[in-house]
Amino acid sequence: METLKANKKETKKQATIKISGAEAIIHCLVAEGVDLLYGYPGGAIMPVYDELYKFQDKLTHILARHEQGATHAAQGYARVTGKVGVAMATSGPGATNLVTGIADAQIDSTPMVCITGQVPRHLLGSDAFQETDIIGISTPVTKWNYQVTQASEIPEILAKAFYIAKSGRPGPVLVDITKNAQIDEFDFSYEKCTGVRSYKPVPKPNLEAIDAAATLINNAKKPLIVFGQGVILGEAEEELKALVEKAGIPAAWTILGLSAMDTDHPLNVGMVGMHGNYAPNILTNECDVLIAIGMRFDDRVTGRLNDYAKQAKVIHFEIDPAEVDKNVTTEVAVLGDSKETLSLILPKIKENKHEAWHNLFKEKYQIELDQIITPQLNPTKEGLTMGEVLKEINIASENKAVIVSDVGQHQMFACRYAKFKQTKSNITSGGLGTMGFALPAAIGAKMGAMDREVVAIIGDGGYQMTIQELGVIFQHNVPVKIVVLNNEHLGMVRQWQELFFDRRYASTVMTNPDFVKIAEGYHIKSTRVSDRKDLKGAVQEMMASKDPYFLEVRVEKEDNVFPMIPAGASVSEIRLK
Amino acid sequence: MEKEWFTISVYSENNVGLLNRISGIFLKRHINIESLNVSKSEIDNVSKFTIVVYTTQKWVLNIVGQIEKQIEVIKAFYHTDDETIYQESALFKIKSDLLFDERQIQNIIKDSNSQIVTVARDFFVIAKSGRRNEIEEMYNQLKPFGIMQFVRSGRISVSKEQMNITALLQEFQEK
Repeated sequence: METLKANKKETKKQATIKISGAEAIIHCLVAEGVDLLYGYPGGAIMPVYDELYKFQDKLTHILARHEQGATHAAQGYARVTGKVGVAMATSGPGATNLVTGIADAQIDSTPMVCITGQVPRHLLGSDAFQETDIIGISTPVTKWNYQVTQASEIPEILAKAFYIAKSGRPGPVLVDITKNAQIDEFDFSYEKCTGVRSYKPVPKPNLEAIDAAATLINNAKKPLIVFGQGVILGEAEEELKALVEKAGIPAAWTILGLSAMDTDHPLNVGMVGMHGNYAPNILTNECDVLIAIGMRFDDRVTGRLNDYAKQAKVIHFEIDPAEVDKNVTTEVAVLGDSKETLSLILPKIKENKHEAWHNLFKEKYQIELDQIITPQLNPTKEGLTMGEVLKEINIASENKAVIVSDVGQHQMFACRYAKFKQTKSNITSGGLGTMGFALPAAIGAKMGAMDREVVAIIGDGGYQMTIQELGVIFQHNVPVKIVVLNNEHLGMVRQWQELFFDRRYASTVMTNPDFVKIAEGYHIKSTRVSDRKDLKGAVQEMMASKDPYFLEVRVEKEDNVFPMIPAGASVSEIRLK
Repeated sequence: MEKEWFTISVYSENNVGLLNRISGIFLKRHINIESLNVSKSEIDNVSKFTIVVYTTQKWVLNIVGQIEKQIEVIKAFYHTDDETIYQESALFKIKSDLLFDERQIQNIIKDSNSQIVTVARDFFVIAKSGRRNEIEEMYNQLKPFGIMQFVRSGRISVSKEQMNITALLQEFQEK
């Protein structure tokens, strides 16, 4: 295979060799630069696992403890590296267990290729053992999927799968491969995919749109930038910063845009959306030009659409034409890759300061600081807050850690209070809101960035959804830092019950096991903190550890995340309590 | 926003599973497909979907955007009824005796510009192409005599404006 790869660099077409479909899959993965994948074996994928065994020197396979864990690990890896994450599973339940991770990757535009085994071609449609129509099941949640029934299709389809997953707006691709196609031999050769006839991943920037956008920005008195993950996926962080600084525009971010810009940058005004910061939310309805960059106006960002930025002219920098005017009507749509479009607009932008407008943000920030942030980060009440845990992690990591959060209150606290200096550092399930995401995603993130600290922030609910992945951390000694913020409740649902359902805490109270003992059962170093005086030391010890580490913090049981825009309310109706 | 009739035309590769992918886009939005036709198009190896929906302009835009985003879709358009030439086809299976016993049936066939496709000992089959209301009118005229079987196709349509699919394909390949 070495010679084969060497030849490939020189000539496009190389000599063919007769190998099995299963072996071809390995060579395709290696040719695509994959050195790590997550998965779980089973009957219909066994020929591929047999080849994985033979090619251990080229390809590391990590055995997840549940296929869902494999997908989230692949996602974590993809999000931190920008590369395509790979997950593998057998047919039937193996394949269906991938679906949550695939749906998560689809809505959060994460490049991922999933390979599933399938019953042999001649048994398709016979309700054979572990047969399921994973193509039908995964269609609505994949960017593309395909069922391979002949070995000879494998190279072309896998090349296409990687190309589609990574190009344009990234997303998950599933390739289902029947067992006969894994076993049969064929003449193998591999060529990378460079295009698909019917697929145009990146629209060409329209210079008139860029001029129109520049004019709007230059004439704006109260402009506001809201950036999303499109900046990270397009690797346009520098261009964004240059635009923000040159035009002097306050810049806010969506949950997935977090870490694209230094959180301490003076023009970074915080998060928009349901639990975002007070100033950018409330001033969304006062800005005159709203510049959306690589974001999709999710309902958690906009609140009630009829009262969202109606006074503003909206400019939308976006790679996916289907997102334009989907939720918010734009004045100017600038289609294209964010790095390219921002580079094109930058020379046309006039320098500006917008001082009076900035002062408004500062005023609003002061209100939030006094009423919410200070009591959260420097609490005087007895119970520990989630915010102060984040503060200690920021201090111990010098704002350099990758923070992987799960879903719920702790996620909102993590995204509100974690500090970042470096991009691709905030890994969370934004669109789908998948509880159980963080533990396996942290494994993938760590394996994708071994030189960085990776801290998983998880609630006691989500932790128990994928807790079995501790097995992976133990077996491979993956040095992730796991922080469970235990409030003995499904905190976010409980908060809604408190605020909107007259405190009827239906099924949100959790009687939890001894998490420290469970971690110890996996031979993972662990500590529990219930007292403020122990917090700093425990976080420091965790961060200093070279090994995986589990820290449980017993936080206040009935704390709430504020500010909050109640579901269906306008961003102007943001509540401070 | 007012609901209207729209004809969505989709030019695509001919791949297994694409129909499922496209119909899923309607399913996810709880929008019913009123009629659907898939056939070859004027370009070799390119299929054409003709989909009729009754919905608002906002939703048809959303749907067309999502359809166009699918990897194997080359281009999707939507048109209102005024902007297209469209037809449906119908087959009526009628008892053969009636052709001789009921003179009115011959008049209906003549007046509606339909054709007799086949005559067998027991039944004969009339084919009718036209607008939905023309077919429905004929159905109502024949119904009192007894219709053994009736079937109507999905709408097929061509747009009045030009569709530069060949140029588009060229552009895709050049990039």
